[in-house]
Amino acid sequence: MSSENAGFDPARIRALIARGKLKDALFSALGILCLGIGLLVIFALVADMAVKGAERFNLGFFLNFASRRATQAGILSAWVGSLLVMLVTAMTAVPLGVAAGLYLEEYARRNWITEVIEINITNLAAVPSIVYGLLALGIFVYAFGFGQSILSAGLTLALLILPIVIVATREAIRAIPAMIREGSMAVGATRWQTCRYHIVPYAMPGILTGVIIGLARAIGETAPIITIGALTFIAFLPPVPFSELADGTRAGLFDWVMSPFTVMPIQIFNWTSRPDPAFEVNAAAAGFVLMVMVLTMNAIAIWLRYRLRKNIKW
Amino acid sequence: MNAYAMSASPPGGAPVVSDRLARNAMRHASERVIETLLFAAAAVSVLTTVGIVYVLVSESIHFFQNVSIVDFLTDTQWTPLFDDAHFGIMVLISGTLVSSAVALAVAIPMGTVIAIYLSEFANPKVREVAKPILELLGGIPTIVFGYFALLIVTPLLQKIFPELPGFSLLSAGLVMGIMIVPYVASLSEDAMRAVPMSLREGAYAMGSTRLYTALHVVVPAAFSGLAASYILGISRAVGETMILAVAAGMQPNLTWNPMEPAATITSYIVQVALGDLPHGSIGYQTIFAAGLTLLLITLLFNILGQWLRRRFRENY
Repeated sequence: MSSENAGFDPARIRALIARGKLKDALFSALGILCLGIGLLVIFALVADMAVKGAERFNLGFFLNFASRRATQAGILSAWVGSLLVMLVTAMTAVPLGVAAGLYLEEYARRNWITEVIEINITNLAAVPSIVYGLLALGIFVYAFGFGQSILSAGLTLALLILPIVIVATREAIRAIPAMIREGSMAVGATRWQTCRYHIVPYAMPGILTGVIIGLARAIGETAPIITIGALTFIAFLPPVPFSELADGTRAGLFDWVMSPFTVMPIQIFNWTSRPDPAFEVNAAAAGFVLMVMVLTMNAIAIWLRYRLRKNIKW
Repeated sequence: MNAYAMSASPPGGAPVVSDRLARNAMRHASERVIETLLFAAAAVSVLTTVGIVYVLVSESIHFFQNVSIVDFLTDTQWTPLFDDAHFGIMVLISGTLVSSAVALAVAIPMGTVIAIYLSEFANPKVREVAKPILELLGGIPTIVFGYFALLIVTPLLQKIFPELPGFSLLSAGLVMGIMIVPYVASLSEDAMRAVPMSLREGAYAMGSTRLYTALHVVVPAAFSGLAASYILGISRAVGETMILAVAAGMQPNLTWNPMEPAATITSYIVQVALGDLPHGSIGYQTIFAAGLTLLLITLLFNILGQWLRRRFRENY
């Protein structure tokens, strides 16, 4: 290649092309290999947990409380806790996130306050989740006095996934063409009426995708919940609204939010860190259940986004 | 249309416009209220940041009233809960840095290769399938990765390195790397796809191969985006908690050797939170000092990332 006449020798050029093509093919193979490793990890995880945990998959595993005996231990308090914490998280993060997204896209003027909010949201996404746990420990648990309750955990995770919901909302809103707003306002709708009857409904699928991805992340989060001091051994359920309590009084509608709790990831952590290998089986089975929850949620979100991209044409 | 009917003058009276105006004023008032509410929702994110900084700094101030900052930075032991208490944060930082380095040694090459492959080599159908799969990998709960590191990867590694202990920074770091690959790959791929086609066409027209074009034209052009994805990877690695808490052991150990077990900043916080420390005790304050250190390290990398991005930004 260095000599001037080299370019005119067909054999050398052919060799050069062949070598280039070989390198391309080798790199392709390397790319596929790397992708394959990722795929293999997902597959190995699911398969290993399914096989190892298989002997625990019966109704009792879902309906029993944690126990000192591995074969009798179940995940009842864990999955109920995860569900309730997710409920609080969704009830907090969805209205806040959608409202914030709406404000930034439809209302905010271009000024420094808006800029601060935007930069802030980007940076919050990079804050380690355990730092949210410390925030919650200082603010929710002690300053507000919520204690180690479902409420504290739900609010913590809501703050954690807020940036995800906001970004998804903004992207969904931005995809709506200006003519929709103009049409709505031209017939006399106010800004809020335009948002309520047009922008939010049309952005809904996109928002929903973001919410599901956010909740899938929240349901697997362990560190912030451990940090607020959630207990690892819980052998009771939060009080059902209006049920009779042990002391004879009736539970209020929202008593459950102040109840101590445990969640799936904490139960898995607890079982994984025990030296007794019998609990590994429990950890595998619970891990499999959690994986199925998370992967299903993600799959729904991906499918939703795929449908969205295909169907909507303005 | 009601408004129109109402504004018509009733028989024998003055024209009533005030009713309509009143409704209009109501409309304006409620619009104002709604805007304020929406603004308040947007402000929650700022309040979160303020809350984080306030909590970490105020508890750390209490901590530093008891422990000098010089000891904190230079002591080589971390034994905050012992009678002979030492508070050398370097011990935890070493664990964090070693595990992050192992993770990045996996995530950056793998993520970059996947991104180049998906953006420059793969046909669109493969890409359509591969990206969601990567996202699924990124969505796996970290506690499950912790289980994977402790019970699958460590035994496998022990077959290669028989002297590897049951807990090690190496196996936790490797699994952490796998966890970070999707973040790096996905962001890098976006950056490379944003490079205009004309640059590639120019390179191809000069007789470049695909690989040569990818490495010498697309990668340099997308470098600021790649740097951003690496920085995000570093942030994830430094802040990762559960994999380390499960698989790296939690004993403080000032080491640069990935084959050893060690505590990291994050796994120390978990360890303390699992115990029952009274609110306001020095042990309770250490986790906030550790958290502040963690936040500062993340911040440092993010500032570096922003600088890199600006330094290498290409405009087309």
